Amino acid sequence: ITMSLSAKDKDIVKAFWAKVSGREQDIGSEAVARMLAVYPQTKTYFSHWKDLSPGSAPVRKHGGIVMAAVTDAVSKMDDLKGGLLKLSELHAFTLRVDPANFKILAHSLIVVLATVFSSDFTPEVHMAVDKFLTAVARALSEKYR
Amino acid sequence: MVEWSEKERSIINNIFSNLDYEDVGAKALIRCLIVYPWTQRYFASFGNLYNAEAISANPKVAAHGVKVLHGLDRAVKNMDNIKATYAELSVLHSEKLHVDPDNFKVHKHLLLLSFNKMISNAFSIPLQLLSDCLTIVIAGKLGSAFTPEVQAAFQKFVAVVVSALGKQYH
Repeated sequence: ITMSLSAKDKDIVKAFWAKVSGREQDIGSEAVARMLAVYPQTKTYFSHWKDLSPGSAPVRKHGGIVMAAVTDAVSKMDDLKGGLLKLSELHAFTLRVDPANFKILAHSLIVVLATVFSSDFTPEVHMAVDKFLTAVARALSEKYR
Repeated sequence: MVEWSEKERSIINNIFSNLDYEDVGAKALIRCLIVYPWTQRYFASFGNLYNAEAISANPKVAAHGVKVLHGLDRAVKNMDNIKATYAELSVLHSEKLHVDPDNFKVHKHLLLLSFNKMISNAFSIPLQLLSDCLTIVIAGKLGSAFTPEVQAAFQKFVAVVVSALGKQYH
């Protein structure tokens, strides 16, 4: 379900993401690690990795890639559909990740943000980030069918 | 029957024995009402819920949040039979939420049953949202101690509770 990002939501996400800056690698790899641990069915997409444990090289590398892409999406918030077109095609035609997993990764990322930022991850920030990640998922699903 | 490893039992007991109920219970419900504002529909009698500030300051919200969190205590003590533990609590929720059947003169009993079933099914979704918020509040408090393994055990526990609460009418 997409609920459009208001100007206020965008400002909140941008301001919060300034805190995230520089920590993308750690946060991203923690989010991927959690997703694999808490939702083991997601491991199916990574059967080609030697090691799926938290902190492993493939998990860290992939976490960094994913989080860099999310940070990039923050800069493209005014046109996620256009900005994420290529990524949508990648996920739809090559990776073929079931879009249901976007919500799982978003939840995992939100839990990491809560553990890292604690009281700075206020309900207002939580809501704006939740809306933003939902919008990102929507844009990523665009080319699927 | 849900199987629990010794590690999972220890994780759950550890979380709850070190929990600040007053703080976490209140914060979880407050967060749910702010992040998922449509859940406010269940709290029409709670007064001012107009914005995040009002919700955060509302004593009825805080009190109810603490009450809900203590509601998990039974499940912590009865991890091997959570479903039975909540049989009566589920009925309580359903009866509080149902439409007053006195408004309907015909087939009152059948209507009551179908409304209860509809509402218990509908209740599962906001319960899931609240349990997500509880997970996030606890994550915020425990920080890196809320490891992926701890998160998995906690989410499994809460999922069993939500399922037990929603399943009573099937």
